[in-house]
Parts: sequence; structure tokens; C-alpha cells
Amino acid sequence: MNAHDILLGRLDATALPWHELLLADTRLEVISGIVGLSAAIIAVAGALLVATALTWRRLWGPLWRDWLTSVDHKKIGIMYMVLACVMLARAVVEAGVMRLQQALGSGGGGIVTPDHFGQLFSTHGTIMIFFVAMPFLTGLINFVMPLQIGARDVSFPLLNSVSLGLTAAGAVLVMVSLVLQPFSTGGWSGYPPFTDASFNPGAGPDYWIWAVTLSSLGSTLTGINFTVTIYKERCEGMHMMRMPMFCWTSLCTAILMIFAMPPLTVATGLLALDRYLGFHIFTNDGGGNVMMFANLFWLFGHPEVYILILPAFGVWNEVFSTFSGKGLFGYRALVMATMCIAVLSFTVWVHHFFTMGQSTELNAIFGIATMAIGIPTGVKIYDWMLTMYRGRVRITVPMVYGVGFLFLFVLGGTTGVILANPSIDYQVHNTLFLVAHFHNMVIPGTLFGMIAGYTLWFPKAFGFRLNDCWGYRAAGLWIVGFLLAFFPLYILGLMGMPRRMVAYFEGAWLPWTLVALTGAALIVLALLCLAVQLVVSLRNRAELAVPVGDPWDGRSLEWALPAPVPEWNFPALLVVEGRDAFMELKMKGDHLDRPRDGFIDISMPRPSCVGPVVGAAGLIAGFGLTWHIWWLTVVSLTVIVAAMVARSFVRETHRTVPAAEVEARWNAWRTLADASPRIRRRDEQRQANRGHAFPAAREGGE
Amino acid sequence: MIRTLCRPPVSIMVSGLMMLSGCRLNMGFLSPSGPVAEAQRMHLWIVCGLMLLVVIPIFITIPFLLWRYRYRDGKNNAAYRPEWEASWKWEVMLWSGPLIVTAVLSWFLWTYTKALDPYRALSDDPLQVQVVSYDWKWLFIYPDMGLASVDHLVLPAGRAVTLSLTSRTVMQSILIPELAGQIYLMNGMTTRLNLQADHPGEWMGRNTQYNGDGFYRQSFRVEALDATAFAQWTERAANTPPLDAAALAALENKGMRDDLPALFSQVPQHLFHEIAGGRGHDHSGEK
Amino acid sequence: MSSRHPGLNLGEAHGAAHEAAEKEVFGFWVFMMSDAILFGLLFATYVVLQGNTNGGPGPSDLFEIPSVLIQTVLLLTSSLTAGLAQLAMKHALGTRRIVIWLLISLALALSFIALEVRDLLTMISKGGIPEASGFLSAFFALIPLHGLHVVAACLWLLALLGQIARYGLDDAVKTGMLRLGILWHFLDIVWIGIFTIVYVGGLA
Repeated sequence: MNAHDILLGRLDATALPWHELLLADTRLEVISGIVGLSAAIIAVAGALLVATALTWRRLWGPLWRDWLTSVDHKKIGIMYMVLACVMLARAVVEAGVMRLQQALGSGGGGIVTPDHFGQLFSTHGTIMIFFVAMPFLTGLINFVMPLQIGARDVSFPLLNSVSLGLTAAGAVLVMVSLVLQPFSTGGWSGYPPFTDASFNPGAGPDYWIWAVTLSSLGSTLTGINFTVTIYKERCEGMHMMRMPMFCWTSLCTAILMIFAMPPLTVATGLLALDRYLGFHIFTNDGGGNVMMFANLFWLFGHPEVYILILPAFGVWNEVFSTFSGKGLFGYRALVMATMCIAVLSFTVWVHHFFTMGQSTELNAIFGIATMAIGIPTGVKIYDWMLTMYRGRVRITVPMVYGVGFLFLFVLGGTTGVILANPSIDYQVHNTLFLVAHFHNMVIPGTLFGMIAGYTLWFPKAFGFRLNDCWGYRAAGLWIVGFLLAFFPLYILGLMGMPRRMVAYFEGAWLPWTLVALTGAALIVLALLCLAVQLVVSLRNRAELAVPVGDPWDGRSLEWALPAPVPEWNFPALLVVEGRDAFMELKMKGDHLDRPRDGFIDISMPRPSCVGPVVGAAGLIAGFGLTWHIWWLTVVSLTVIVAAMVARSFVRETHRTVPAAEVEARWNAWRTLADASPRIRRRDEQRQANRGHAFPAAREGGE
Repeated sequence: MIRTLCRPPVSIMVSGLMMLSGCRLNMGFLSPSGPVAEAQRMHLWIVCGLMLLVVIPIFITIPFLLWRYRYRDGKNNAAYRPEWEASWKWEVMLWSGPLIVTAVLSWFLWTYTKALDPYRALSDDPLQVQVVSYDWKWLFIYPDMGLASVDHLVLPAGRAVTLSLTSRTVMQSILIPELAGQIYLMNGMTTRLNLQADHPGEWMGRNTQYNGDGFYRQSFRVEALDATAFAQWTERAANTPPLDAAALAALENKGMRDDLPALFSQVPQHLFHEIAGGRGHDHSGEK
Repeated sequence: MSSRHPGLNLGEAHGAAHEAAEKEVFGFWVFMMSDAILFGLLFATYVVLQGNTNGGPGPSDLFEIPSVLIQTVLLLTSSLTAGLAQLAMKHALGTRRIVIWLLISLALALSFIALEVRDLLTMISKGGIPEASGFLSAFFALIPLHGLHVVAACLWLLALLGQIARYGLDDAVKTGMLRLGILWHFLDIVWIGIFTIVYVGGLA
């Protein structure tokens, strides 16, 4: 045990990003090495660029004071979404590289080696699920849900900050793996015995284990936070059956997080015990049971995909009702359907491994349960269609995504029903048909939902709308790009092409991979359009400003507030009398009224460094565990414990916002609202829209 | 039973679709060469057909809704009922539609899943083949004939075959789409797959469960021969090297088949059971 | 007397602490639910793997029931004394009494840990190491996790004692006590599960 081993564990020069290049013999290995090195350079350069910009503009202070230590649910929500967007960029590029490889890999060859490709699909999947989709939806729920239930914040604001810290820690750990390589090649599901120490002893699977563990701990705490918030923080009169549907889906998502994350923690934790301490839980030998991992992982994995989709359903509820100028159809049925989906999601996990040799009765039962989930989902689709029926539908950017979602998600659901049948699944399991199916659910479902939600609530968060032109372009490119990128994969799967193939020798597959590559290119363009949209909107924010806060003629409480929303959300605690509470106020003309009981001092939680400290320490602990730097792990875990203990001694956890300040802010808003004419929906996308809405239901002609 | 499932009244439609799908392209199990794959394809058509009943109305209705109920500045003839948010009549219809379709699908699911049990032999006297998967090659043992082949599965056309499967390394999955579906191969356990090739032919089988760098090349030739040709192949094996300890050790080396012989003779008795280990994973109770 | 959450309620007399407890204690119950799933799955893993002794030592070779019985008595008694500390807090019987009951609970829990560690070390010396078999791996995944939770609870108890020393029995300390109590009893229940399923079940 020399000093190097103790100080740096098993970290040495072979981990550096140019190592693959140095060892390269063949042309393929050289190109692959360059690709890997470039990725590392881009990651480091990106981080340095941001750090330089922050230093040059002296923004470190404000960043720490106003954002990183903030426990405000709105800011935490925005930070989650920023994290998701950054990781989305990386994962889409990885997808592009894989698509390119599969097009060039006909006959062998290409641009990446098999090992590099293995890392690509593993990071792509892991990042998309844990560091794009989860943070995005967590961020969206964080921002919107407390506003919709009339609360000032979530129940546990500090815990919220800790969750963000842990999630960010996992994401950074995956980014570090670009520079100190390699990452796992076991896919996002990390099956042993392939990921056992006997087959893959390197740092790869350990990176995966700790990144996923950090994320899952963050999500468990988030689930607890959201659940308690929805149960305990609703304003007076906001009965459960009066909450916006987005809050119902948030509640079910949160409950799923609480119950579905522990199985993942157990699965990865036991795998870690196998790898680090020579346990025999999942090993081939010594009395281990490989099949246990599949059961544990998918006990998490299936509810996880419902965690991904339910918030998107929540967004669609808002989008379809708002842009049809009509209340959501079938509220009670939708609540029941959402609950059914949440419960049923725990009864279908075996469909992820029909081919593992269970009895036909078992497979058939789980297959039928899987198809059963299609019933409440189908009801939701019908209810959204009936929301548009006899409405006044405006094809705004979120609606373009929504319509795309309706068509594409139904197709994806159909392929899901196909896969639910074990005898057919035996043919298409682990092929590109499966890959096409889950992308067909996640992209039109979750991703479109997230982008639609981003477009819908961006004005509320920042005070100005997003540019519509670029929004339509992005939406169109996403839809067409998705079709081109993934429908060929259905055909390839039916032709028998397995997933995770770096190269192949069947010439008949090539044309389809080329079509898929075109689709991937369009998706990259779509992403660029979103980036351009943001820049253009920022530059034109004066024209796009909607400070009065209701640009879309919204129905729920968040639209009653100014844009951006003050720290304390509502100037006075509300009393709600029905569903679609804000629309009720607007129709009665009461939406600008002064709070009935006047203004009082408001107690708001102070910022705290515990969240970022726990996040940073978690990152370092994960890094230490990955590279066997034991002293670093012990120190960082001690820091976490110390932070928690120290925090428990803090007593000055809140500050008081004086009533005068609240009143002043409200007065300013009221003045602005009085000066802004109430616009009809025809002016929704014009500069005249300052966020003061004339209800669509009142517009003349009926 | 499987054959009965292949002859429902929709066979005409199936033939038509077969011509579309099977002829020119190598479309996996959509151009089946055995009864299992054929039944699986039929099942797929049935599921697709039933789902089209659900999908097509939605696809037609949505554009209609978007057009008729679009927001227009000024007079719009379509009704606008912003307060219409619930209707029990509609709810009953909405829930029962998918329920009925799911019920019908469930009946087909149950029937097909039971019939296409990979563990069920397709005849009383199937040929026994034992399969061991390595990183990244396949060993096929013919215990009754004392021979073994590497990366080459030879089957008698028209005769039922029972594969007993295990893995020497990590979890793997065997797929020969034109003949049958997949089953996992796991170390220390034995799984089973029953299939049959209806006529002589050549196909490709492969591993679909990622297991490292050589995964993409871990395929094997599948050949179905008529009775005479099969007998000839069996005889050819007599002059091949024995599958001794050295050969088995060579198989364990990580890599493709490379220079290893494609055919071995003098395969030790109970070799497969030694490799597969004690734990059976055999829900059918057969040995 | 209004009841805001399951389990011990402070009651109106405690004013703001009673108000705050509603969501804090509810939140903690929810957290316990997630922990229960964690332990439940480890129990399931243990049940699946308990027969895989891999030719190595099995339960009858390694489990010492007398020691386990003593551990059970220690832990359950510590739950009793922790409950008494809670009741003393609720009925405002004075800080001294609360602290004494807490210290006794701490001592009992630490004795439990000491005995458990001794047991595990004895098992290891007899070849009962996790690397030996699936059964032992599952055992060493479950039992030490419970032990770690007990240690964490003891640490929390010490932190609470520190806060009492510094701030007296203020609102934050009271809600902290309520939550610690729930954890303490939860760990009891998990231990009863371990005793029944692992030790008694293993030897049956």
C-alpha cells in the first residue's frame, strides 16, 4: 500500500481522457479516442467558460446568495430545469454519435470502438432518465404546484434544497466520468453479473452506482416533500377535489417516488456490496441469485416510467384546458384514472423480463396487468379530446406539442400493448422495437410535456413570453425528427436487430439507420431552435413582457400572481370556493381585488448553505467510492453528518417580510394591471398582451 | 395447438400481408420458417388489428376537433360550451371502450402465452440440443449423437427440437427470429426453448443481451437440413477433434470463435449438466 | 385534545410546537414508510437467499439465540424508556426527567450495538463471513443496516441532548423529540422482524 494508493485510490493515468488515444492502434481506435477526448475537452471548456463568465461579471456572490443557497421553491425549480437542460444537451449529442455510428457501422467500422459505444448508450440512458427527465419534472412541479394550491412554499424548503444538491451531485459525477474515464458499459439498468466485479472490476459500474444512488436519494426526499406539501399546505377551501389536475398528477408522482426509489437504492446498494466487499447477492457463484436484480431493479423501474409520464399528463391537463378556453373534461374520472395508473404501475414489473424463464401463467398475468394500464390512459386521451370538443382551440406552441403528443403517444401505447403480450415480446424484447417503444412514450410524452410546460410557465417565472416563431419551428422539428429517428427502429426491431449494437453485417438494416440518422439531425436542430428561442426572447423581453401575470387566460391560481412571482407568492392567504379558482375570480371580475383582510407580515425561510454543502460532499463521497479513495469518502460523509447536526442547532431559520413591503409590491402590480387593457385571445401572441386577460368564455359572439 | 391458432378466419388477410412483408425483406418473424414464429406473427396481426379499432377513430377525430372547434376571431358556427365539464353518459362509454378491447386482447394474450410456452415440447420425440453461451461464442451439444458444434446450429427440418440453455459467463439471450422467440441463458441455471424449422433453410441467430465488446458479433449460423443431409452432417463429425479439456478451456477464452474447430466429436456424457450446475430453472418439471 | 398526527401528540398546551408538529411528524412518518420499503426488500432478499449456504456455515452454526434474546430485551426496553422521555415531555414533567430517560435509552441502545458487534465478530471468526455464501451476504446486508440506523438514532439523540443543553426544551427540540421517538420505535419493529424471520426462522 504505497502513498499513491492511499491518496488517490485506484485513480491513475489510465483514467485520463487521452489514454484511449495513446493506446490506439487501428484507425477506428484513433477516431474513437479523438471523440472521447473531444467530449472531455468540451465538458472542461464549458465549465471553465461558465466559471470565467461568473468571475468576470462578479456573479459568484449573487449566485451563492440568491440561488444556490436559496430555499425558495421557485428558484429551486428553475435550477432543476437548468440542470436538466444542460444534461439534455450532452445526452442528445451522445444519441447523435450513436446514430452516426449505427449508420456508419454497417459492415463493421464506424467512429467509436465497441467499448466506447457501450459507455455511450449507458451514459445516454442514465443521463436522460436520472438527470434530464427527473430533474425537469421535479423542477416543474416545484415551481408550479405550490402556486396552484395557494401555498407560500413546499413543506420542507431546506429538504428541497438538499434534494437539488444530491441530484446535481449525481449529474456532476457523470460529467466527471467524461474526464476521468471510463463509465459503465452495463446500460442504464446495470444488470449483474455483467456489472459484477468478476466481469467489470473497473470504475465504470461504480460511477453508475453512485450517480444513480445520489439521484435516487434526492428523489425520495423530493417525493416526501411534495406529498406532505399537497396534503398539508393547501390554502383554505382548496379541497383535494378542487385542486388543479396538475397537482393530482404531482401527488401521484410524489407517492410513486416514495415507494419506487427504495427498490433502486436496495438494488444498487446490494450490487455495491457485491463489488466492494465480495458479497454474493447477485453473483454467478457462491449462492448468489442473478434474477433478484432484475426483480428489484424493475420494481423500481416500472413505477419510474410512470413518474416520468404523470407530470407530463399534468401539463397536458393544463395545456388542453387553457388553450381550449374550457374547463378540463371529466375531472373526477381523471383523478380516478391517475390513481389507477399509479397503483397499477406497481403490478407490472415482470414485463421487463418476460424472457427470463418464468412460468406462462406468471407472464400472462403480468401481461394482462400491463394492458390494463392502457385503460385509464386511454380515458385520459379521450377526456382531453372532449376538453377540446365544444371549446375554442388555439394552436399555440404548447398545443402543437400537445397534438403531436396525442397522435404519437397513442401509437407508442399501441406498441406497448404489443410488447405486453409475452409471446410477441419473446421476439422483440431487447431489439430496437423495444427501444423505439420507450422513446415513443418518453419523447412525445415526457419531453414534449416538459417543453410545453416550459413554454407555458416561462412567462410566469421570468415575466416575459418566449418567441413564438422559433417555438413553432422547434416543435415541428421535434415531431418530424422524432418520427424519422424512431419509426425506422420499429422496423429494424421486427427485422431482428438487437439494441446496443455498435456495428452489424446485415446490409438490409442500413437504409433504416440512415433514415434514423436524418431524424437525429433534425432533433439536434430542434434543440438548437430552442436555444435560439431563448436568446431571441431574452433580447426582445421588453416586447414580450407580461408583468400582470396572466398571458394565456389561465384557470388556476398561479396565473393570479404577478410575473415574475414575488418571493412570498400570495400577498394574503386565500380562500378558494371551487375548482379553476382563478377563472372563477376573473368571471366575477374580482381578480384584481385587494386582499380581504389586508396585508400582514410574512415569515419566509432564510437561505441556507446546507443544500449545496450536502450536494458537494455527496459528489465527493461518490467520487471517492468510485475510485477507492477511502479517506476522501470518510471525510465527505462526515461533513454531511456534521452539516445535518450543525443545522439542527440553528434557530434563526426564518426572516420576516414586513407587511409594508408586501403591500407596496401588490400596489405596484395593481397599478400595472389597471394600466394594461384586458386582451382577447386573438391578441395573445401580440405585443399588446401584457398578461391581463379577458376570459375567452366571455368573448362576444355566443 | 399452435397450428390451430394459425388458422383463424383471417388467414386470407394474413396471406396478403405475408406477401407484403415476408417476400423481399428479411423481416424476422414476419417471414417465419417454423410453427412457433408463425403463431407469434399471427398473434401480432391480431393485436394490431384490435388496436387499430382504437387508434383509427382517435386519428380521425382529433383533426376534426381541431378544425371544427378552432378559435376564430368573429363568428364561429360550432357550439362553445365552456362550462361543459362532465357527463356520466360519456364516462361510461369512455371507460367501457378500452375495457372491452383490453378484455378481448387479454383472452388472446392468455391463449397464445399458454400455447407458446417455450418450455413445451412441440412433439413427443424432439431432438435434444444443449446450448452453452460464452463471451462471445456459442457451443451446441448434441448429447444423443456425441458431437458438438461452435457457432453453427444444425437442425433436422420438420422435426421438433428442444434446446436446453445455460451461460458460462453473464446473462445472455438467444434469438432466432424466423423460428422462435427468445429466452435468457444464465450461469448455473438451465432454461429451455422449443422450436422447429418447417423446411430446409439458413438463418441467423444471435445474442440480444449486451455482454461486452464482442456482443455485436456474437451470432451463429442456423441451418435446417433434410433427413439425408442431416445424417451426412452427423457422420462428418466422427473425424473431428474431441471436445476435451483443452478445447473447453479454449472456448472459455474471451473472444470470437477464430481458429477453434467448428465441429467436435467425443463429447463427454453429462458435460452440459456439469457446466450448467445443480440449479435447474425448469418450471415445466421436465428434465 | 386535538390530534394532529398518528402517535404521540403534544396537545394544545404546547402551542406553536403542536402546530408545527403536524406537518413535521407527518413528513417523518412518510419517510419511515420509504425506509420500511427498504427494509422490506432486504427481508425479501434474505428470504430468497437464506437457503444458499454454498456449503458454508448455516444459521444453526452461527446464530446464538441467548445473545439475540438479550439484544432484543435491551432494544425493546430502550423503546420503553424513550417513550417515557416523550411522555415526560408531553406532560411537562421537567427537563431533568426527560434527559435521564434519554440517557438510559442511549445506554441501552449502545449496549445493544456492542452485543451485536460482538456477535458479528464471533460469526466472522467462525467463518461466517459475507463472502462465504448468498445466505451470509443477505444476512450481512440486513442486520448491519439496522445497526447503522440505531447508531444514527443514537447520534441524533446526542444532538438533541446538546440542543436541550443549549436552548432548553424549545419548539424545535420538541418536534425533534417526536420524530426521534418514531424512528426509535420503527427500529424496534424492524428488529422484531429480524428476530422472527432471520433468527427464529433460520433455526426453525
